[in-house]
Amino acid sequence: MIKYLLKRIMAMIPMLIGITMISFAIIHIAPGSPADLLIQMNPKASPDAKARLRAYYGLDKPLPVQYYYWLKRIAVLDFGFSFSPDGRKVADKIFERMPVTVTLNVLSLLLIMAVALPLGILSSMYQHSFLDKCATVFVFLGFAWPSFWLALLLMMLFGVKLGWLPISGLTSLNHDTLSVLGMAADYGRHLLLPVLVSAFGGLAGMSRYVRSSMLEVIRQDYITTARAKGLEERSIIYRHALRNALLPIITLLGLSVPGLIGGSVIFETIFSIPGMGQLFWASAMSRDYPLIMGMLVIGSGLTLMGNLIADLSYALADPRIRVK
Amino acid sequence: MSNPLHAQQSDFWYRFAQDKLAVSGGLIVISLFMLSFLAPYISPCDPTAIDARHVLTAPSTEHLFGTDDLGRDVLSRVLMGAGISLKVGFFAVGISVLIGVLLGSIAGYYGKIIDMVIMRFVDTMLCIPSFFLIITLIALFEPSIWIIMIVIGATSWMGVARLIRAEFLSLKQREFVLAARAAGAGDLRIIFMHILPNALAPVLVYATLGIASAILIESALSFLGIGVQPPTPSWGNILTAGKDNIEIAWWLSLFPGLAILVTVLGYNLLGEGIRDSLDPRLR
Repeated sequence: MIKYLLKRIMAMIPMLIGITMISFAIIHIAPGSPADLLIQMNPKASPDAKARLRAYYGLDKPLPVQYYYWLKRIAVLDFGFSFSPDGRKVADKIFERMPVTVTLNVLSLLLIMAVALPLGILSSMYQHSFLDKCATVFVFLGFAWPSFWLALLLMMLFGVKLGWLPISGLTSLNHDTLSVLGMAADYGRHLLLPVLVSAFGGLAGMSRYVRSSMLEVIRQDYITTARAKGLEERSIIYRHALRNALLPIITLLGLSVPGLIGGSVIFETIFSIPGMGQLFWASAMSRDYPLIMGMLVIGSGLTLMGNLIADLSYALADPRIRVK
Repeated sequence: MSNPLHAQQSDFWYRFAQDKLAVSGGLIVISLFMLSFLAPYISPCDPTAIDARHVLTAPSTEHLFGTDDLGRDVLSRVLMGAGISLKVGFFAVGISVLIGVLLGSIAGYYGKIIDMVIMRFVDTMLCIPSFFLIITLIALFEPSIWIIMIVIGATSWMGVARLIRAEFLSLKQREFVLAARAAGAGDLRIIFMHILPNALAPVLVYATLGIASAILIESALSFLGIGVQPPTPSWGNILTAGKDNIEIAWWLSLFPGLAILVTVLGYNLLGEGIRDSLDPRLR
């Protein structure tokens, strides 16, 4: 297992280098040098700030040297200073936003699994039944339904027409005056719609995947054996089939990380949630290069981590992978 | 499924015609094409004509889908948006298929170190949240319909590259390739004339589904305000007006969203139908 772990981590190194190269290249396609841009964005930028920028990027050096300097800095998570008037450290700005986004995505993943698993299992057990057909319709709608439109419709229904739920932000104005329970309920009310919306798209894909994975497993010989020796259907499905059918889903969860992080831009912008997505949106709109580069690298780093965790869980669950 | 489009063409059409969902997907796609070509002739109003006296009026016989915040007829704008969405979908997918086919066939055909470098590049691109990449690229340039197509294409070719590479890996061992090489054909000729035509069937499925996702991405970008720029209507940017007037004008949010839903549904049904008909074992 340790050997497998080391092998996987080694395989991540070229990817990390690739990610930093792409992020670095993209920013340098942009016309004008970062120093000009800082001045253009913030005409009152102090000579101090300009000197700091020049020192950070080594702007008087050739590109490969600049890249090397930058790489050395981001290796210790030093992403430089934001161009925005507050001029804060990029790393601080990103890490303080991360918990919100991660919480939102974890909640929506939990919701996805809670609905998709039973739905997928049932439609594979009763293939071609009425339930299975309904699930298929739901899956097709889920794939085609633009998530921002769903957000808009739900905001209109629950926020505007019925007035049950808040449609923006994380907290109400009177949040600080509430009791601990009240605060939790307040967070819950604000998170309900964003979590629902971001889970919706993933739900369709996941339940479809559980269904086809189950169908594949059910046709295997060992399931026939289990049936032949007279096991009850329930035990066949839950003890024998489901465990094997769930293995590939671990990988799928890992692969869904970049989509979730990218998608947070849309949800957080629509619902004005102060997370990484909203920060990224703001940094892109104001061409805050250090922040954009930091977000690209950290966002991709999170994806790599997600993949690594998925691979390791898979190896823990399935010994065949470790040996290979 | 070595060459289903030619050898088993009649089987393909037979299976396709049996598949009700696939046929309805095809019908949706065809009607969208007709609507977008006919849009200039059947639109009740000029989609960009501003009418200050009829701002945000609810659907009526005069304006079936109501009017927007500048008094423009929403039905006409949705109709014109159809053409924009289809254009973005097709060009973006064209670009992504072009890049994917080129890189995938080079990787699969030459193998070894070339393959390794290209596939690591593919893995890396898959790691970067594509929405981050798209927004960054658009923010660095000025948003325009061309930039959107290029950027969506340039960030969505990885699947095609993997597909084509896998096809090449298995096809390059086949006798017909050996025969071509024995007859003195060069690498380029073998790649483009002999292997590629046999590897394209799965790409057709991928491209059909890709148009659906390109349209979804374009509408999301336009909704956020960095896609198709007003006054050119796109389903996404009509929805932006819907969000700004969420408390008064439900029709601004309802109709363009429905248009996106139906379009994407059509392409998805068509794509899945083509896949199932090409290879019925996958059903």
